[in-house]
Amino acid sequence: MLDGMSTAVAPSTRWRARARMIAEAATTPLVPGDFLDLFAPLRSGAELRGRVVSVHPETADAATLVIRPGADWGGHVPGQYVRIGVDVDGVRCWRAYSLTHGPRTDGRISITVKAVPDGHVSPYLVRHTKPGTLLHLEQAAGEFVLPTPSSVESRETTKLLFITAGSGITPVIGMLRNLYPSTDSGVLRPARSAAYDIVVLHVAPSEPDSIFTADLRRLEASGAIRLVARYDDQHGVLDLADLDALVPDLGERTTFACGPGGLLDAIVAHHEERGLPLFTEQFKVSTVVAGEGGSVTFERAGRTVECDGGRPILEQAEEAGVLMPSGCRMGICYTCVLPLREGAVRDLRTGDLTTAIAGETPAGGVPIQTCINAAAGPCQIDH
Amino acid sequence: MTTIQKKATIGQANPIAHLSPEDIELIGKELDAIRASVIDTRGERDARYIRRVIKTQRSLELGSRVVLLASLFPPAWLVGTAGLAVSKILENMEIGHNVLHGQWDWMRDPKIHSTTWDWDHITPPDQWQHSHNELHHTYTNVVGKDNDLGYGIMRVDEDQPWHPMHLGQPLWNFLNALFFEYGIAAYDLELRGELRKGKRHTEKFKNDAKAVLRKLRKQVAKDYVVHPLLSGPSFLPTMLANFTANTIRNLWSHSVIMCGHFPEGVETFETRSIEGETKPQWYLRQMLGSANISGSKLMHIMTGNLSHQIEHHLFPDLPSNRYGEIAPKVKALFERYDLAYCARPLPLQVYSAWHKVIRLSLPNGWLDTTNARNLPVQLKRLYEMTTGSPKVRRALQARLVQEQRRALAPAA
Repeated sequence: MLDGMSTAVAPSTRWRARARMIAEAATTPLVPGDFLDLFAPLRSGAELRGRVVSVHPETADAATLVIRPGADWGGHVPGQYVRIGVDVDGVRCWRAYSLTHGPRTDGRISITVKAVPDGHVSPYLVRHTKPGTLLHLEQAAGEFVLPTPSSVESRETTKLLFITAGSGITPVIGMLRNLYPSTDSGVLRPARSAAYDIVVLHVAPSEPDSIFTADLRRLEASGAIRLVARYDDQHGVLDLADLDALVPDLGERTTFACGPGGLLDAIVAHHEERGLPLFTEQFKVSTVVAGEGGSVTFERAGRTVECDGGRPILEQAEEAGVLMPSGCRMGICYTCVLPLREGAVRDLRTGDLTTAIAGETPAGGVPIQTCINAAAGPCQIDH
Repeated sequence: MTTIQKKATIGQANPIAHLSPEDIELIGKELDAIRASVIDTRGERDARYIRRVIKTQRSLELGSRVVLLASLFPPAWLVGTAGLAVSKILENMEIGHNVLHGQWDWMRDPKIHSTTWDWDHITPPDQWQHSHNELHHTYTNVVGKDNDLGYGIMRVDEDQPWHPMHLGQPLWNFLNALFFEYGIAAYDLELRGELRKGKRHTEKFKNDAKAVLRKLRKQVAKDYVVHPLLSGPSFLPTMLANFTANTIRNLWSHSVIMCGHFPEGVETFETRSIEGETKPQWYLRQMLGSANISGSKLMHIMTGNLSHQIEHHLFPDLPSNRYGEIAPKVKALFERYDLAYCARPLPLQVYSAWHKVIRLSLPNGWLDTTNARNLPVQLKRLYEMTTGSPKVRRALQARLVQEQRRALAPAA
């Protein structure tokens, strides 16, 4: 019986496996994919990549990149981010950017990048990316996503407040564009979006430098959202004590805040005090406490790097030529995690110390995020 | 302290006698500055270069292997074999050797990195990296420490006593050239020493040997089984094409590599001379222990830029496309400090290296003192030295050296 089944099912898979074995034997030490990449870098089965289709300037220092992702792109939920690997001056750099379109019918995705004045990757993406450029991608990730009304049992409207500062607007724009698609004939308000009541409190240094202001204004004009824009040069720096005045029904809303660490810390404190629901996403690491520094040994790579205590281990190891896993570089995606077998590291954001003692900590080591931890003494890392 | 305590052999003067310790320090500083000038400007242009070479090589390999599927047809055989030979040379020399040196690690591309790369070669990358990057590049041309110098099977310096066994070294060298890929694997494995030791092998050797066999099986299966089978009726011609391409690659890389450290005029050093060696002194040893091949841009690419052997040995981890750019500066430095920058076209360097192999396969002074007239006498002497006792050999050797000295004296 079993034999009968296997002859009925197996031939095609068996032939495929055999064909792959032959292809591998014919291309060793490379793999067949290395040759296929010459012709079809976006094919299914390839390492995930994307090709830049077009670049649209948003402000003087920001641009939206529309990207055709490889065949294996698994889609995304608005509000999620994607990690992008781009070669800047020949050096592969990975950064996370929010996806700024809801799922599109043409299958393309987009990110909006603001050139940070002393940044390394963002100015390159904004000013030097040309259509046709191949980028490396990872699947969309992130928990900072729109709560779906279907998950809410009651049929009441979902009342939300988005507080966005600077580039923190990008994941929110992704969510809003998905809810209220923008077309030539204006902003659409599909039935699925009727359950949302949204206020956007957008904070930026000044109006001309702020990305997506046109989008926000269009959304407000159509009645889809209520926009409260606060520009430092016009309204002064935002004081959270004014929040009740700006958003009178604050107590009924769930807040999604995205922006730099300082503002988020203040919002967290404010909301905790009032017992209000809050989701946050941090866009920049702010260094609080430096580590002491020390020599970090990467056991399998056979390399030792002298690391100072003020900068992440990841950065300094990369500069020394060690091939490191990396992702968002701000402590949120956990791609850079490596086991610390022995030694101590300090979290640059909080000052927290993580230690591993040979023989006491589990043999596998203590997993640490190398992108936000600095050496606090000599370290042995299993990598 | 003198840096290089190379004993002055007959007809040779100490090449650095005129340099003061301060000069050597200054040479080191200048070389550090040249290195920094490349590191500071490494970028997109270089990344584009290596990616283009890799793309070209892969397209050429794929194209050649496809053409060889019809290798029963002689023009297809010729075109396919030539293409595959060029592709294999590029893969080993300009790509494999240099990627495995870590020249492209700075790009942080996990696919083009010294820790992830594998090449079309019998030797597993990590074993080659140990014997080549660590031993050969550290102990360059130190007799007894740098096994690349004659691969442990040849006499490479007059200071090594001559033995009748050395008469065979031109033949060993030629066989090594033909099967270079296998020779390198055996050498990286330190197979000879291990066999000599007898049956008790270390755990490390056993693992290394397993890795080599695994790699060898895959390489042989690809070139001599899978590709020929895919060629159907062209099975045998394809197999022969692959063998020819491998042999051409072997002969070519052996020739290029022999040119790097073996031509006449390149210095060898004693173990004693590198004790307590400083970085500038190490630089100096690389300068005197390497030789370049002059030629066109294509020649440089096909040699994996090992034609810039001097520059490569000074800065083994700089991107290979930059060696040619810094070569004029390095050459100017040699000239300013009155050092010999050994560079000749390929045929001359190959001739020179082979001449040295043959000269050293014979007793010291034999080739210099032999001419058409005294050939019978000299041959008789060589026969006596070969068959005689060590005592006879020593006596005859002393006479040869004496005659050589006398022959050279009037010229001096």
